Amino acid sequence: MALTGVQIFKLLPKTNCKKCGFPTCLAFAMALAQNKVELAKCPDVSEETKKTLGEASAPPIRTFNLGVGDKAVKMGGETVLFRHDKKFFNPCALAVNIKDNSSDDELAQKAAEVAASELNRVGQKLRVDAISIEYASNDSAQYAKAVKLVADKAPDAAIILNCKDAAAADAAVKAIAARKPLLYGATNETAEALANIAKTHDIPLCASAQGLEDLSALTEKLQGLGVNDIVLDSGAKTAKEIIEHNTQIRRSALKKNFKPLGFPVLNCVIRDDSTLEASIASVAIAKYSSIVILSSIEKWKNLAIFTLRQNLYTDPQVPMQVEQKVYSIGEPTPDAPLMITTNFSLTYFIVSGEVENSKVPSRLAVMDCEGLSVLTAWAAGKFTAAKIAQFIKDIGIETQVKHRELIIPGQVAILSGALEDKLEGWKITVGPREANAIPTFLKSKTV
Amino acid sequence: MSYIIPKESYNGKVLSVDFGKGNNALTVGGGNCLPFLSFEGELPHPPVIAYEIQDTVPEDWPDTVKNIYKDVSANPVTWAQYCQNELKAKALALRLVSTHPDRENRSTEDVAKIIKEVLAAIEVPLIILGSNHIEKDASVLVAAAEAASGSNCIIGKAQEGNYKTIVAAALAHNHKLIAMSELDINLAKQLNILITQMGFAKEKLITDPMCSALGYGLEYTYSVMERIRLAGLLQNDATMQPPILGDVGMYVWKVKETVASESDVPEWGTLEERGIAWEALTATGMLIAGTNLLIMRHPKAVKITEQTINELI
Repeated sequence: MALTGVQIFKLLPKTNCKKCGFPTCLAFAMALAQNKVELAKCPDVSEETKKTLGEASAPPIRTFNLGVGDKAVKMGGETVLFRHDKKFFNPCALAVNIKDNSSDDELAQKAAEVAASELNRVGQKLRVDAISIEYASNDSAQYAKAVKLVADKAPDAAIILNCKDAAAADAAVKAIAARKPLLYGATNETAEALANIAKTHDIPLCASAQGLEDLSALTEKLQGLGVNDIVLDSGAKTAKEIIEHNTQIRRSALKKNFKPLGFPVLNCVIRDDSTLEASIASVAIAKYSSIVILSSIEKWKNLAIFTLRQNLYTDPQVPMQVEQKVYSIGEPTPDAPLMITTNFSLTYFIVSGEVENSKVPSRLAVMDCEGLSVLTAWAAGKFTAAKIAQFIKDIGIETQVKHRELIIPGQVAILSGALEDKLEGWKITVGPREANAIPTFLKSKTV
Repeated sequence: MSYIIPKESYNGKVLSVDFGKGNNALTVGGGNCLPFLSFEGELPHPPVIAYEIQDTVPEDWPDTVKNIYKDVSANPVTWAQYCQNELKAKALALRLVSTHPDRENRSTEDVAKIIKEVLAAIEVPLIILGSNHIEKDASVLVAAAEAASGSNCIIGKAQEGNYKTIVAAALAHNHKLIAMSELDINLAKQLNILITQMGFAKEKLITDPMCSALGYGLEYTYSVMERIRLAGLLQNDATMQPPILGDVGMYVWKVKETVASESDVPEWGTLEERGIAWEALTATGMLIAGTNLLIMRHPKAVKITEQTINELI
């Protein structure tokens, strides 16, 4: 829980020595409370104060990486229960599970699927982030061999060692120590042995328990054993357990500053039906999971899950933008209508949806207005006659269409005169004020 | 340290709305906590899924979902019976698309006839939707409400531009009413106030804050729904307590991900599974955000969503 300036002031030397650069200790305390300055600026602060303030300023959910390198996934660090309160920061990692007693071909195949899973959506590269290798063979040599094979074939993926046996886990970690695998997971019985491995190799450890009471006790035990990077597995199986446990964990961490549950959460959502699995994964993604383990990663499924994750992790305060370009809807001929709008994603989705509904093949020129809607962009001077004229000239549309008619949104009808002056040879037509009138409008143009 | 479950205390409650008649009548809403968090409240009525049917062959639906109904969709009565009897639909949503002036521009007399025929052929509750043409819906839904008098249907959607006649008709013929606004919590609140000021009880309202498909603004709908729920439950805002509708199918089955073939976009995988997943995941997102009533199209997507609901309650 963050301390107030006055609470911090009480912990300072109160000498007003000015060595920190502030005129008084109180002024320094106020700046500390707002995170504007670091405690280290005070040369005389006691060790005890350092510890107290350090704990108070630690984020409520610990942040660390799954995996290594530039594809590592940052986990934790969340600050809100609802995305509209601020935003969700670190998108949940997606992992696929495979058993170590699968054939070498199957192991290599799964690893290759993960390595090739990357898709581009609205300018972001999205992928399956991790592979979980399950210890099913009961043969630690086989486990280490399978882990090594998968890790080599998927060189960018994070590795999760789904193994509760200390000897097998130890051998596997040694085989791929540089990849910093997540060890999943320590139970009350195996806590000491697995904590030892995690500490030796400086890798994160997942605590697996049944219910949050046992889980908090287990994470305290692991912290006592010197493990700091902990992932939580509450034993949640059904969607109900997932949403309830994850909500309770997030609330405990954020509202109660309950340290034993201030860690990222892992959920396993494996189901027989792949679409159901995707649906349950969506519950986990929406409600606070940091790692979701799946049993299969078909392309259609990845696209749907990636998109849901991307949607929920967008910043509600920053309008999502679509790429500036001329979008073809249907299969427009050189004579097809040409419309223009701004690049606020919702504007684009609604306008393009209505153009599709019209069944009139058309071109929609989307102009970069920093993600503002039409009227806002106009008011902000980003969707003006001069800028639209420049955009139409620059985007090379004159080679794509035979005609010279541009349909502008009805909301900015006022621009039509100025635009005709600036775009020589073009006719400017004022379209509907609301998107739902577009189908009628486009159909009337083609008769 | 012993663990204390952090429970939220809520001041308000989602209103419960029933529709249909007799043994097949359904109730949605009624909960006094956030969706599926029954460790801290009561959630007496699980979300309901209605199958969407139309009053004309759905030529604009992609094959994945159009082909399912190809033998029955020429007639809304056979389509309705197929959903009720073969697909075991618990509710139906009849969308009167052919009344749109750009489609067949069908008359209100035809509407009345279709409604009566469909109601005579089914036992499950019916939702009656216009074509989303503001002016035409104002007369179509009045005729529909009259034709369905006494059947306790849900009629919609009343919007800012046409609510007056629709509200009056729902009131006169004792139906429930969907109030729809466009992705803005304040507009949703304002419309509910306008409608209740006409003497329409808030206990008979359903709020549709406008759905969006996965990848096409889902996050806006998601957050508007969460904020509506929080306002109704935490702040006890009576205008934000009607059950929420998620009209999923119509937004999903036109986006590129449910239409583009695998040969066009090989990196997106098989089209049929992709389309079904798109509808199911959109529905799951809406459920988590607070939707009480869903309208969907594909039987497999409905089945997956029902299984998800069963796991969540």
